[in-house]
Amino acid sequence: MPDAKWVGYLRPDGRKGVRNLLLVVYTVQCAQHVAHEVVSGEPDTHVIGFPGCYENDYAIRLMLALARHPNVGGVLAVGLGCEYTQPERIAKAVRLSGRPAEAFFIQEHGGTVTSISHGKQLLADLRRRAADFPQTEMSWPDLIVGAECGGSDATSGLAGNPVVGRFFDWLVDQGGTAIFEETVEMIGLRSVLSQRAADAVACRQIEEAYDKAEEYCRSVRQYSVSPGNFAGGLTTIEEKSLGAVAKSGNRKIQGVIRVAEQPRSPGLWLLDSVPDSNFMQFGYTNPNDTEGIIDLISAGAHIVLFITGRGSVIGSPIAPLIKITGNSATFRKMSGDIDFNAGCVLEGSATLETAGLSLAELVRRTAAGEATKPESLGHREYFIMYKHQNTPSLEEGCRA
Amino acid sequence: MQPECFQICREDNVATLLRDAASATDIRVIGEAAHGTVRSIEPICIGHKIAVVPVAAGEAIVKYGFPIGEAIRPIAEGEWVHLHNCRSRYDAVSSELDLQTGARKETRYA
Repeated sequence: MPDAKWVGYLRPDGRKGVRNLLLVVYTVQCAQHVAHEVVSGEPDTHVIGFPGCYENDYAIRLMLALARHPNVGGVLAVGLGCEYTQPERIAKAVRLSGRPAEAFFIQEHGGTVTSISHGKQLLADLRRRAADFPQTEMSWPDLIVGAECGGSDATSGLAGNPVVGRFFDWLVDQGGTAIFEETVEMIGLRSVLSQRAADAVACRQIEEAYDKAEEYCRSVRQYSVSPGNFAGGLTTIEEKSLGAVAKSGNRKIQGVIRVAEQPRSPGLWLLDSVPDSNFMQFGYTNPNDTEGIIDLISAGAHIVLFITGRGSVIGSPIAPLIKITGNSATFRKMSGDIDFNAGCVLEGSATLETAGLSLAELVRRTAAGEATKPESLGHREYFIMYKHQNTPSLEEGCRA
Repeated sequence: MQPECFQICREDNVATLLRDAASATDIRVIGEAAHGTVRSIEPICIGHKIAVVPVAAGEAIVKYGFPIGEAIRPIAEGEWVHLHNCRSRYDAVSSELDLQTGARKETRYA
C-alpha cells in the first residue's frame, strides 16, 4: 500500500485534486435560496456561502481558499446586488488560479426564477470547461488529510482518535501531509505539544497558539467540555484534551497554520482557528463541528476524518468526509452514516496498528473516487462566520 | 459477561469502564498496559473511571501517562474517580457541576 497510485486532477498551481467539483458561492444570506436551487439536481456541484451583508476579511479569505481548493474545477459566485462582498471579485481571483469562474447579481437578472435558470446555464458552461483539467497520477506524498472529532464519548480517546493517530503517523512516514486542530481542546498540554515541535520556530508557534487558546478559555470562563462529556465519564478538560490530541499521532509538528493557510511542507501541522484580538471582538472558536471541518478544508485537506463516539450524521462540501467511531454500538446503530468502526480495538479483534492500516486503505479508496457514506447521502454542511485572524494579506496562504 | 475496563498506559492510576459495573465486582483490566483485575467498591457506569491503585489527596490522577487533574481527597482502589474527588488544574468551573448530569448547578433559568 505504500506504493499505491490513483488518478487525480492536475491544477495550474501544481496541486492535485481527488475530485473535480463545481462550487457555487453566495455572498450574502439573501442569495442563499437561489444558490441552492441552482445546484439542485446538478451532479458533483456543491454550495458554500457567507450570510453577512457587511464584508469580513477572514470570511473572504476562507471562501477564496475553498474556491481555489484542489478538488474544485470551476466556480460560480452569486450575490443579491447590495451586499459588500463582491461575487465578481471572487470569480476574478478564481480565474487567476487558472480555473473557469463566473459571477452574477440576482437583482440584474430579474428575480428568483430567471436567476436560477441563468445560474444553471452558467454551470453547464463551467462543467464543460472544468472537464479540460488533465488527469494525473497521485500517490501518498500528494495527499493532505485533516482530522477533527465531535460528539465525543469515552471511546473517542481510547480507540477512535488513537486509530486516526496511527494512520497520521503512517501517512507522514509515506511523505504525506496531516493537519489536526482544536487548540482549545489542548488545554493542559502546553509542554506535551511544544516538545513535539520539529524546530525552534515551530516550538514558538505552538506555544503562542496554545497561550492564545488558554487565554481565550480563561477570559470567557468556558472550556471546551460539555455536560454530555462529563456525564459520559470525562472529568477534566486535561483528560478531554489528551483524548483529542491522540488523533495527531506521535510525529513531530512542523508548525502552526491559520484558517485558509496551506501547510508549507509535508508532515504534521497544527491548525489554529482561535480568533485574534480585534476591536470588534467577534468570532467564536469551534462553535460547531462543521466550522472546524471547513477550516481543515480551507487549509487544503483533500479528505477529512471525523471521529464521533456518540454518532453524527454530518458531511462536508468540497472534501469527502470519512466518519469514524470508536464505539461499536454507535457503529451498529448508525451504520448507514458511519464509514469506519475503530471499536474493534476495544473488543480485541484489531490492534491500533492493524486498524490504522485498514483506515489507510479506506482513505486510498476514497482518494481514488469511492464515495464516502456522507457523500452518498448528500450531506454537504458548511458554516462560515464573522471572525478575525491576523494575516498579512488576503492572498497569504491562498495559493493562486 | 465480566465487566472490563481499559488502561491506556502502564503508569495510569485509572482505567475506563467499557461496561457498567455493579459494586463489589471483579473487573478485568485490558489494554496494552493491562494487568489482572480490580474490584469495584461502588457502582460505576460505562465510560467512567475506576482507580486501579490507591491515590493520596493532592496526588495526580494519571491517564494517557499524563496528569488529567488531582485528587481532592484520598481515593481507594476500586473507587469511582470523577468530579467529586478529582479536580482540573485549569478549569475551576468543573468542580461546581452536577455529579450525574455534568450540568452547571448555579445557572439560573428564571
